Amino acid sequence: MVEEKQSPFLKYLREDRLPHIFCPGCGNGMVMNAFFKALEGTDIDFDNIAMVSGIGCSSRIPGYVKCDSLHTTHGRALPFATGLKVGNPDLDVIVFTGDGDGASIGGNHLIHAARRNINLTVICVNNNIYGMTGGQISPTSPKGSYATTAPYGSKDVPFNLSELVVAAGASYVARWTSTNPLQLVNSIKKGLNTNGFAFIEVVTQCPTYYGRKNKMKTATSMFEYLKENSINKRKADKMTPEEIEDKIIIGEFINRQEPEFTDNVQKLDEETSKKPYKKRTAYEEL
Amino acid sequence: MIYINSKLCKGCDICIITCPKDVFEKSKEKNSKDVYLPFPKNEEKCNVCGLCELSCPDQAIAVDKKED
Amino acid sequence: MSEEYFLLGNEACAKGAIYAGCRFFAGYPITPSTEIAEALARELPKVDGAFVQMEDEIASAGALVGASWSGAKSMTATSGPGISLMQENIGYAFITETPIVIINVQRGSPSTGQPTMSSQSDMMQVRWGSHGDYEPIALAPSSVQEFFDFTIEAFNLAEKYRCPVFVMSDEAVGHMREKMSIPNDINVQTRQMPEESPEDYLPFKAPENGTPKMPAFGDGYNVAITGLTHDEKGYPDTNNPKTHSQLVKRLCDKILKNRENIVSFKEEDCDDADLIVITYGSPYRSAKTAVNQAREEGLKVGSLKINTPWPFPDEELEKIAKQADDLLVLEQNLGQMVHEVERVAKSDANVHLFGKIGGELHKPDEILTKIKEIKGV
Repeated sequence: MVEEKQSPFLKYLREDRLPHIFCPGCGNGMVMNAFFKALEGTDIDFDNIAMVSGIGCSSRIPGYVKCDSLHTTHGRALPFATGLKVGNPDLDVIVFTGDGDGASIGGNHLIHAARRNINLTVICVNNNIYGMTGGQISPTSPKGSYATTAPYGSKDVPFNLSELVVAAGASYVARWTSTNPLQLVNSIKKGLNTNGFAFIEVVTQCPTYYGRKNKMKTATSMFEYLKENSINKRKADKMTPEEIEDKIIIGEFINRQEPEFTDNVQKLDEETSKKPYKKRTAYEEL
Repeated sequence: MIYINSKLCKGCDICIITCPKDVFEKSKEKNSKDVYLPFPKNEEKCNVCGLCELSCPDQAIAVDKKED
Repeated sequence: MSEEYFLLGNEACAKGAIYAGCRFFAGYPITPSTEIAEALARELPKVDGAFVQMEDEIASAGALVGASWSGAKSMTATSGPGISLMQENIGYAFITETPIVIINVQRGSPSTGQPTMSSQSDMMQVRWGSHGDYEPIALAPSSVQEFFDFTIEAFNLAEKYRCPVFVMSDEAVGHMREKMSIPNDINVQTRQMPEESPEDYLPFKAPENGTPKMPAFGDGYNVAITGLTHDEKGYPDTNNPKTHSQLVKRLCDKILKNRENIVSFKEEDCDDADLIVITYGSPYRSAKTAVNQAREEGLKVGSLKINTPWPFPDEELEKIAKQADDLLVLEQNLGQMVHEVERVAKSDANVHLFGKIGGELHKPDEILTKIKEIKGV
């Protein structure tokens, strides 16, 4: 055991900010790795990426990456990302969000961004809890699960985020868990290469809050839970609702090509002024 | 060859359960942060799949690839 | 020869935005500002810009910040209820030093109030509406020409001081039609790239009382922008009292220590006046008539029109408070800017308020009656 070689993912990170704040065993760290591996599998230049996030544990990811990043307000990553992408459509914009940030306060923005089919790659780290603020219930928390604001167990039906985003109009949607790193890499790659709204939901472990509140105190016990409760979509589609109740359906939900929002902006500019959309105009005398 | 960065590792054991070849074990000594590091006891069984490197939440593992 | 137009106030604002170099608009329809969005929806594609109708005002404010960091001058237009919604993201723009322009065509308030009637309800809302200590810049046009001119000035100030700038119109100005002309020489401030290389550049290190230069995303500077309290690199440093206090004070001083270069006002007949009528926005129109009438009747009355309610022109108010015995503040609310006048002038002059709500403008003879009442004639 020699400490000479570094993880191949460290070169993308701001080393003066490490070690990162994520708890031991948190799912965020692996999602970062998967993202970098996926990016390496595309033709996208690392220097051309920009990251946008809201507020939450997974929203801290961009701050650790050596790229332009916007750590915005709770739930609002998508509108900021929309402005950034429309302002400079040549940027590869990646959004990191979570179940609270993306589906609760950010829910409206999520459905509109998907409806617009704007070319963003959204990675939603869904740990079924509000980790950053100490373990409150989330709109995706399974029925019956415990949290600080659901001390008697959640009575609500949780959101099915991936299905929601498909219905809203996204081009590419997939869901995996922390226990499917290779499939996750592949889906993020596909999302990055999609010219449209790509949404990759990763169901991950939060051992510190979700785990401890729900009798799975370690990352490894949560891993077992995720593995045991995942069913691939192809299989789940043939099962009854009772059989798949409370299960995590993993797989690709949609992969289609539809007109993309910033392409429409470009087209409109060309039709009206006969010239394409011009970026970085704040620096120019017009 | 498997490298563990003792400064970054937080002792979560994900590498131990992720490895399909049971290469890792938890060591009995703590590092400076009071964490029991993983240790590639059965390194000869490693087939360089890279899952530990990919799954490590703290970017604390590096694996020499077959081409290296 | 300059071009002349007969325009709706809101249309003049949109025109001013185009001249100022605005090439991104994100907004949500709200009376009485909607014509601005509609005009830019037509005009921005013609100048290779982008118009997006967002799902709500919160999203609009967020999109402005994103677009600004992409390298575009960005703007939205709204009214009181929309400003209320935007406050969180406005605060974000302040702490991240993002230039954005927000047009507020004020209407009867509070709440849904009077969507089609004029007011000056949001003067304190733009000053204190977001949480925390910050110093906004706000301009108040009183005519269609000024709505055009002040919109351009708002963009220039936003670029110079890297902060949100508000143009506080009201429904009266937004919906009136008047002649306006495009000046031959319009001064437009372009954004400046940092001089340092990316390795040496510290995104939040500013010269004394100055503003750091701002790169765009994709220029290789790898800037980490966050709404958390941050150090000069932009990295979160929330548990450090010194970092926080230095950052917030710097952001406030950026405006306060440059007040002289930002404030703008128009003094008329104040030199020998013992009563000065203070206005901003549309009440100036009636005040000017009333002041002229008063002078014709031999009363020593003057007028101070404040073009920049924020930062408040303390120095100018101190000066006129020493000159005059009485200051009469006219506002379309129950007293907002009058508190600023009192703060500065109370010990040197009597401060009076003629606040009018409901949507009707102050009438010149009402103002003249008030002037005479104060003077006891």
